[in-house]
Amino acid sequence: MTLDFTIVPSYFTLLLIGSGWTIAITAAAAVLSFVVGILFAVIALYGPALVRYPIRLFAWLFMGTPLLLQLFLIYFGLIQIGIDLPAFAAGVIGLGLHFAVYNSDIIQSGIRAVDKGQYEGARTLGLSRLQTIARIIVPQAVRSVIPPIGNNMIALLKDSALVSVIGVTELTLTAQLAISKTFHPFEFYLAAAVCYYVINLGLEAGLRHLEGRVQLSR
Amino acid sequence: MTDKPFIDIRHAAKSYGALEVLKDISLQVRKGQIVAIIGPSGSGKSTLLRAINDLDPLTKGEVWLEDMQVNKPLPPRQYERHINQMRQQIGMVFQHFNLFPHLTVRGNITLAPKMLKRLTEAEANALAEKQLAHVGMLDRIDYYPSQLSGGQKQRVAIARALAMEPKVMLFDEVTSALDPELVEEVNLTMKKLAEEHMTMIIVTHEMRFAQDVCDRVLFMDQGVVVEEGPPEVIFRNPQHERTKNFLRKHLQGNAQ
Repeated sequence: MTLDFTIVPSYFTLLLIGSGWTIAITAAAAVLSFVVGILFAVIALYGPALVRYPIRLFAWLFMGTPLLLQLFLIYFGLIQIGIDLPAFAAGVIGLGLHFAVYNSDIIQSGIRAVDKGQYEGARTLGLSRLQTIARIIVPQAVRSVIPPIGNNMIALLKDSALVSVIGVTELTLTAQLAISKTFHPFEFYLAAAVCYYVINLGLEAGLRHLEGRVQLSR
Repeated sequence: MTDKPFIDIRHAAKSYGALEVLKDISLQVRKGQIVAIIGPSGSGKSTLLRAINDLDPLTKGEVWLEDMQVNKPLPPRQYERHINQMRQQIGMVFQHFNLFPHLTVRGNITLAPKMLKRLTEAEANALAEKQLAHVGMLDRIDYYPSQLSGGQKQRVAIARALAMEPKVMLFDEVTSALDPELVEEVNLTMKKLAEEHMTMIIVTHEMRFAQDVCDRVLFMDQGVVVEEGPPEVIFRNPQHERTKNFLRKHLQGNAQ
């Protein structure tokens, strides 16, 4: 079989829709991973032992096992205990929690790097511990770790291809569907790769813009 | 009635394990009084100052502000509420400013009044403008701390503390981190406060400033108040050998 790229444009709309789903699942998982990452980081550093240790165990489990396995567990496994999630939701939760654990590590280091005087300055004004963490410490920590978090988000975008195996028709699965109809794997995998690359360029540009905007100069 | 102490520190003691940093210190400050605490580094002067708003909790002893005990023994949750209330009445300015770098000057000043005193945006802004005008920094209201000089940062820090309308102001070596040419603007700001009869406790290395502005000077060494009195007495006619030694070294250094 010879290569025939002329077949790709007729699937353009389909690939575009697939790209849309990839962007949607990446965005949703990114938000989840960011919010949960902050939550985990704050609990890990300031929380009482009663919640700190379960969170640590959870983080350890999510870091120490494959993402693919986690997705299978969430999508296929949870049904057995009565939790029947749609594929998209399972994908968002799996990707989101997996990257939340990595984000949490980064945010923790960001929090540790915030000068101790910031805490004292806020407490001295009469802010409570929680108010100080929420309004003074975390906002500074997050700003300082945007670059490494951004790298995680790029990894998240690429790993979102894994949710094709639980049946989310994102970009990779879309390419596979096109291949099953046309038997042109090289062309369509390449087309999908180009789509991922373009989305990634957009993501990187967005991250650079964000870095520039929130940069803390001391 | 006027003799009743405004701030009353009773038998304050603090130790880290075997190391005693404060040894049974009692200090009464009247309303409107301006007290300087001087002494060599490691003498416990900063620790004493930071005990007043419980940033460095005492091991033993009590701190009172008017008729309220600052370090009142309470269960943790109640204590947290109590100390946050108390700290709103005790302004503090630090050596390293501790301005919030992610907020503008305006944001730094309005944050606490908005969160804790439930001021509206407009009220908080008016307050910020008033306090900044007071320290001569109104034209920098929309700057970020990183865009200011050290002296300007410190004046903003003073305005931020004043915005909570505290009953007393604590100053912890506020000019020690400044370039020499920036010290004066901060000192002038503090002098202005002194003229308005703000109650102030000032930990400082600036003997000249202490002499000019303060009503009372405490000399501390090794966790005790060695000597205290009006500045003319402490600086001109110190009684204790340790005070004399300290002042000799310091005044020489300052004069030349």
